Parts: sequence; C-alpha cells; structure tokens
Amino acid sequence: MTLRMQKFKTLSSVAAPIMRVNIDTDAIIPSREMKGVTKDGLSVGMFANWRYTDVDARVENPDFILNKIPFRDAEILLSGENFGCGSSREHAVWALKEWGMRCVIAPSFGTIFYGNCVRNGILPVALQEAVVKAFAESAETGAETAVFVVDLPSQTVTGPDGDTHGFDIAPADKEMLVQGLDPIGLTLKRDDEIIAFREKDKAERPWVYL
Amino acid sequence: MGRTLVQKLWDAHTVADLGDNATLLYTDRVFLHERTGSVSLKGLEAAGRKVRNPEQVFCTMDHIVDTLPGRGDDTIMPSGKDFITTTRDAANEAGITLFDIGDDRQGIVHVVSAEQGITLPGLTQVCPDSHTCTLGALGALAWGIGSTEGEHALATKTLAVNKPKSMRVSFDGQLGYGVTAKDMILHLIGAYTAAGGAGHAIEFTGSAIRSLPQENRFTVCNMAVEFAAFTGLIPPDDTTIDYIHGRPYAPTGRNWDAAVDYWRTLQADGDAAYDRNISIDCADIVPTVSWGTSPGHTVQIDGVVPDPSDAPDANTQTSWARALEYMDLKPGTPLEGVPIDGAFIGSCTNSRISDLREVVKVVKGRRVAVGVKAIVVPGSSQVKLAAEAEGIDKALVEAGFEWRESGCSMCFYAGGESFGDQERVISSTNRNFENRQGPRTRTHLASPTSVAASALAGKISDVRKFRQGASYDT
Ligand code: SF4
Repeated sequence: MTLRMQKFKTLSSVAAPIMRVNIDTDAIIPSREMKGVTKDGLSVGMFANWRYTDVDARVENPDFILNKIPFRDAEILLSGENFGCGSSREHAVWALKEWGMRCVIAPSFGTIFYGNCVRNGILPVALQEAVVKAFAESAETGAETAVFVVDLPSQTVTGPDGDTHGFDIAPADKEMLVQGLDPIGLTLKRDDEIIAFREKDKAERPWVYL
Repeated sequence: MGRTLVQKLWDAHTVADLGDNATLLYTDRVFLHERTGSVSLKGLEAAGRKVRNPEQVFCTMDHIVDTLPGRGDDTIMPSGKDFITTTRDAANEAGITLFDIGDDRQGIVHVVSAEQGITLPGLTQVCPDSHTCTLGALGALAWGIGSTEGEHALATKTLAVNKPKSMRVSFDGQLGYGVTAKDMILHLIGAYTAAGGAGHAIEFTGSAIRSLPQENRFTVCNMAVEFAAFTGLIPPDDTTIDYIHGRPYAPTGRNWDAAVDYWRTLQADGDAAYDRNISIDCADIVPTVSWGTSPGHTVQIDGVVPDPSDAPDANTQTSWARALEYMDLKPGTPLEGVPIDGAFIGSCTNSRISDLREVVKVVKGRRVAVGVKAIVVPGSSQVKLAAEAEGIDKALVEAGFEWRESGCSMCFYAGGESFGDQERVISSTNRNFENRQGPRTRTHLASPTSVAASALAGKISDVRKFRQGASYDT
C-alpha cells in the first residue's frame, strides 16, 4: 500500500506557536525516537525533548504548548525562520502528520523538510516574519477563539483578526497537495521521456552507465 | 549570457521542464544507508514498485552499526538490528550493491561513494541523507533528499526539483598556519549565519579552494547544508581528476579519456552571473570553534562567548540565550581554556586519511589529558586499513585515543553509542544541535587538529600553540 496523500484544500484550526528560530529535524523527532523501519508510530516521540520532562517515562511538560488545551488539537504550527533545518529525516514530517498537523507557517524552511512536507500532504507556508509573529501573538492570546483559515487554492492565510495574507507556492507543489497526487505515479506518466533521455545520454556519456 | 556550473549540470540532466521553475532531473546515482534507505526500499516494495537500474544504486551500513571492535548485526541501539537486517534483505531483494558489515568497502556513505569512484564529476547523485552535498567537491550535483523522494528516485530514476538560486563563494588568499578547510567553512557559516545559503546552490571557487587537496574539499562541501544551501560544489580540476583515477568504479580506457575531456568542460562560463556572491579573504580566518547549538554559532579560537544583548536582532538574541543555557556557558568567557570531557574525531566531515595524518602530527609522542574520553573513528574501512598500514592507529592509541571500526558512530545519537549526560565534547563533526551526540551533550565543532590539541590539553585549545616541541609543522 502506498501512503495515500490526503487532499489539501482549506483548513480552519487554532495554531500552536513554537516561535524559536532554526528548529531542526533532530528537535522535531530526536534520533532515538526513530525506533522502527516504518513511517508509523512516530508522533509519540515528536518534540520529545521539549514535550516531556521525563522522556523515558513520557511525563508531559505542562508548559510545552502542544501539551496545553486547545493547542493539543492544533492542525497548524507557527514557528521561526529556517524551520525543519538539519537532518533530511522524513520522520519529522511523518511524526507531524501522524500527530495531526496539516500546515506549518514560518518565515522560511529547511529545503529538504519543505519538500518532504509537500510529499506528505502537509502544507508549508512561508510568510514574512512580522506576520508570523503577529499570528503567534493572536494565537496565544485568543486561545480557542483564535481560528486561522488556510486556503490553498487561493494561496491565503486569514488570521483570527480577519487579516488575510497571500503566500507563494510552486504550482507543481500546489497541484500535488490539492489533488493528493502520488508523485511517483505522476512521473511514471513520463516514462517515454525518461527512456528517451537515457538512450540519448548513454550514447553521449557512456562512462556514467555502470 | 554565460551559464554557471550548476546550470550546466542542470541542463545536462533535464528530462522535462515541468514549468514554474520545476524540472524533472535524471539522477545518475542513488546511494542508501541502513537508517533511511531501509525505509525507502520498504516503501517501494509496499507500493509494488521496483528499483529501476539497480546497477547504479548503492547502499552501505554506517549510521546504526556499532563502531566497537567485534561488531556484528547486534547494536547498542535497542532496535538497531532491525534496521540492519531489513536493509540487507531489501538491498539483496532489489539487486543493488551493498557494502555490508565486514566488507572492506564499508564506511560512511559520503566517504565511501567518493573513495570507490562511484561519484564522478558532472553526475547527479542523491541519497536520503542531508550531507550528500559532500560529494559536490568532485564537481557533481549531489544533494540530500527525504525517504519518499528516495523512493521516487529509485522507481523512476528521476526527481522533480525546484531550481535553486545560484551563489558563488570565493575563498582567496593563503590559509594561515594551523588553519584548515574546516575552519574555512565554519568561518563562512559563522559570518553569514546558518540560514545564509538558504535556497541556493553554491559554487565554491577562488585560489584557496583550488589549492586545497581533494580530501579537504569534501570538508568544505560537507557543511554546505549547515549553511542551509541546497548543495555546494567545486568545479573539477587536475586535483579532482587525479583523485578519481584508478578508483574501483571510475571509468577506464577509452571511457576514461572521453570522461576527462567532458569533465574539463565543467566550469562556469566567465560571464556567468550569480544571484549572490560572497568573497572571503583566507587571511581573516583563524582556527574556529563553535560555542552554541547552531553551526552558525562560531567564534575564532581566541574569541569569547558572545553576549545575547549584543545580538543583531531579537530572534538571534533569544537563540543565543537559549544556546548559552544549553551549553552552560557565560557571555564573555574565552573559548580557549574551557574544560572538556570528550574529544571526537570522525564523521563525513573529517575522518579521511589526510585528516588522521594531520592529527597524528599533533598528538605523536604526547598524551590525552587525564579524564578526557578521546575517540577516533575512521570514515571508512579503507581509511582504517590505510591508517593501520601507516601505523596511525598505533600512534593514536599510544597517545590515549580509542581507535574504532568505521561508521557514523558518535557523530549522532540514535539510542546507541553516545557521550554522557551533559558532557562537553569537542568534535570534528558538522552538527552541534541539542542532544546531537548524546543526551544533553554539549558539542563544540572544530577542525580535527583543534580537537586533537584540545584532547591533549583537556580543554579547548588553540592548535597553533602546539607547534613548539611538537612535530606538527614538520
Ligand atoms: S557521519 Fe554524521 S553527518 Fe555524516 S552521514 Fe553519518 S551521521 Fe550524518
């Protein structure tokens, strides 16, 4: 079975702010939480070093935002610049997905993490730092009343105060998310082109072909 | 208008233009390791798909396998054996080449791929591992991907990639005494922050890059990802071509001649324009060490721990304050002289034979300070064999270092090998993130010779002061 992607159109949810910069994928899913050879069972280890006061006994840290109501159910994460930098581990995205996160809003993202999000049905939204900061404030002060609306087809995020901000996304990434497409199946439709490339290339760069 | 080197490699691998800056790129090589490759191979199998062209796919055991003598499939990491056996079965099933435990070609993926001549100039290569950019030092377009992209590359031989912006980083001038390739890249990231290269593919050029031996060039490109870059590469030259010649998977005979002719064309055009240019004068670089929890948190060895109140903006201020707390350091403390518990020499950044030769020059005839756990882990089984043939292992062990089997080892902690709780470690690796080398371990990044000098002194040290009476500069 392929991991089927959920289609992404619009989303309304409270948003959990973790406003640190450079949150790396080791922090999102520490190495020792990646126990198995599968994509499942990772959400329990998500942010483990911050989320638990005793990681082994899984004692929750009451001060950590995702342990608080209503942010436990947040489907949107707000964060600082360069979110998801560091290790390429896709487990970070699988953990977020299993937890129920559908969208991460930050001023910028680690490149590999960004691609991993798109391939797993999570929408990464890059907005200006000042906007993300203002969002974080309204998210915290408004708590459960602070609902954010993310609209992918129109490429906008509307904050609880009604202010709407547009964001950029590559059309191919958007299409993959909106349609919930399987990227491999999509590429295999171009099989003729791949084969043609290979034949031509093999004649030109024979040493490449082991 | 001329083309950059990246643009030339991009054009040469374009299967289809997907529009809006996205390209379907042909991937010449895929390399896997037991940590993430197992997931890619299993994912592919579960979807009922097959590896296309398995003869161009390789796999090694490096991340989870122990590095203690007598190692096998059992690991200190509780579920490590599953990763190893699953990878082995999946690799055999898929018909790809596996450098297994016990194979003398085994080692850290990015070390092995170069060493075996699998990566060549002008190739595209991907691996579900962020430090794949290391191989850009051979003039290849090599970058790290996620496991799902790994499945995509295995199944289709291609990847849909958004084209990065271009950046040229030029290092000119002479490196000072005791200053290494590691200091060059730490200096760059320190000066321009860990997000400084975001969204860019970097071409490293300049006289200082051209005069670097090939093995040191890997160190520079290795940390392009710590600069948040898509990848980093160095145009191939005689140094590159000499390095590749005669390696097991390198072309031979007429193929070699044709390949070399092609490699010679892999230069940016003189009038190529870059989105961003950075110039660094190597005279400004001294041995550099990190003080915090981001590779951008670096200072010169004679510098002090910065004060968050001097930070350029509020975000940086918070991140510095948090880093200081984690690292248990106070603003204004001189880095030189901070006592250490551990010293680690290894990883895909700095674990090659030339690194070890330099380390031996520092430590020969001396002793690691009492109470310091000092460990050297060769980057590959080939490096280990070569070092042992030269007596490097003996010199290291005599000096009080532990000498291990090759692998990633304590470059990262996955529940297996690690340093202890809150221990302070100086390390030749590339990441000083929180908990990277062990639970609450405090990592200071530095060059392998700086690590060696510090191990001897029992505190963070300026390797340049180890010249008197030592054979370091002979
Ligand atoms: S040595 Fe460290 S950085 Fe390099 S591949 Fe292994 S774990 Fe990653």
